[in-house]
Amino acid sequence: MTAENRTVVVTGIGAFTPLGGDAATFWEGLLAGRSGVHALTEEWAAELPVRIAAKVAVEPSEILPRPVARKLDRSAQFALIAAREAWKDAGFEGPATADTNELAPERLGTVIASGIGGVTTLLDQYDVLKQQGVRKVSPHTVPMLMPNSPAANVGLEVGARAGVHTPVSACASGAEAIGYAIEMIRSGRADVVVAGGTEAAVHPLPIVAFSNMMAMSKNNDDPEHASRPYDKARDGFVLGEGAGVVVLESAEHAAARGARVYCEAIGQGLSSDAHHIAQPEPTGAGVSRAIADLFDRNELDKAEVVHVNAHATSTPQGDTAEIKALSRELGEHLEHVAISATKSMTGHLLGGAGGIETVATVLALHHRIAPPTINVVELDDDIDADIVRDEPRKLPVEGRIAALNNSFGFGGHNVVLAFRTV
Amino acid sequence: MATQTEVLEGLAEIVNEIAGIPVEDVALDKSFTDDLDVDSLSMVEVVVAAEERFGAKIPDDEVKNLKTVGDAVNFIVANV
Repeated sequence: MTAENRTVVVTGIGAFTPLGGDAATFWEGLLAGRSGVHALTEEWAAELPVRIAAKVAVEPSEILPRPVARKLDRSAQFALIAAREAWKDAGFEGPATADTNELAPERLGTVIASGIGGVTTLLDQYDVLKQQGVRKVSPHTVPMLMPNSPAANVGLEVGARAGVHTPVSACASGAEAIGYAIEMIRSGRADVVVAGGTEAAVHPLPIVAFSNMMAMSKNNDDPEHASRPYDKARDGFVLGEGAGVVVLESAEHAAARGARVYCEAIGQGLSSDAHHIAQPEPTGAGVSRAIADLFDRNELDKAEVVHVNAHATSTPQGDTAEIKALSRELGEHLEHVAISATKSMTGHLLGGAGGIETVATVLALHHRIAPPTINVVELDDDIDADIVRDEPRKLPVEGRIAALNNSFGFGGHNVVLAFRTV
Repeated sequence: MATQTEVLEGLAEIVNEIAGIPVEDVALDKSFTDDLDVDSLSMVEVVVAAEERFGAKIPDDEVKNLKTVGDAVNFIVANV
């Protein structure tokens, strides 16, 4: 049970996103090139410098009973809904228990991350304290706002006892969670891990804070075209919210129970920039090292890579640096790589991005089709790569193909995940 | 001055709001923790809501003694 370097596969997916409340609707939205970005019509948004965001397509209150929802931060609500979908999709019913031979709780883990944690709970309860006094502050505040709350609540839901973890690395958090989960199974610590990312930060304070960093698009008059990775006129990211969760499983375990396998989760490449707390390293050197680390430590042939779900948040510097790194590391192989920036449709889910983009990458391999990048009106001269624009693109129908999912975060965190058809 | 029936009805509405338990299931002999899905955190919410509704003061030290709905009803009736 403790063999090292075990093969890991994806057996379940779930997504709660601006394009749809489940993985199928999300995928349909991506292929249709639909934007999930809309004007914020709430009263609190009226005076903000940024008045657009990609909110979830379905309100969690329509799905979760009130007594459940009131004890969960919005980020944990998203994660729970996506995790339930992924769990069911993987063929599991109810929590793991000692009575079931199929999966012992001690062999099951969860790794779900968010970049900011329960920020709306923290801010809302501070308002309650100021306006209504000490007695009215919810006793659920701490378990709601702690960043490990989504991982812990999903762990309670499925009965995970091998470990519940929450790596935090800003916008790379979701990808780092999935990488951590792959390692848990590879190293023999667990047979099944529910992993992903979630974020719920559509609130005036985070919006103003990001906006004051000059990081966000201020294209308030044209929300659907505001998130425009690789376009010459891109002016920053659009905040999104939601969660993406996958069920990862050792190949042996999946085969033993006859589970449907979407693809192999090969592994991760990691690096850090040591450059600036918030700005990307302009030459893409850090991203290069993460890609190199992926190929150094995993059995993956560069020629197999045909698709990249890019980090590409629609910031002037970041999008360019990532392409430079891909070009440097993949060399001539970049010619047959279809690059998609799905944030053009979903906005940037921060810690949730690695979650939903992993779901998108898994589905791209499964259906052998790359989703489009929308809103590229005039491609930036510095983007010398094959960007999938406007329409989805068929990937090679024959043979084994692989795809990368990139995520980078403030603080200089670089995470590259790799997946491959089986 | 609230009667036992009035307090029970009010408490049932509070438990319904917080834990989603049907009001008719909130009976005097029911345990908050074992029967009504009200854990120690949610019990704090029940206490705060009950104080507000009935104008009673339920000291923190007293909360641990309120194991059943009947315990809470009796305490509130005796202390408003």
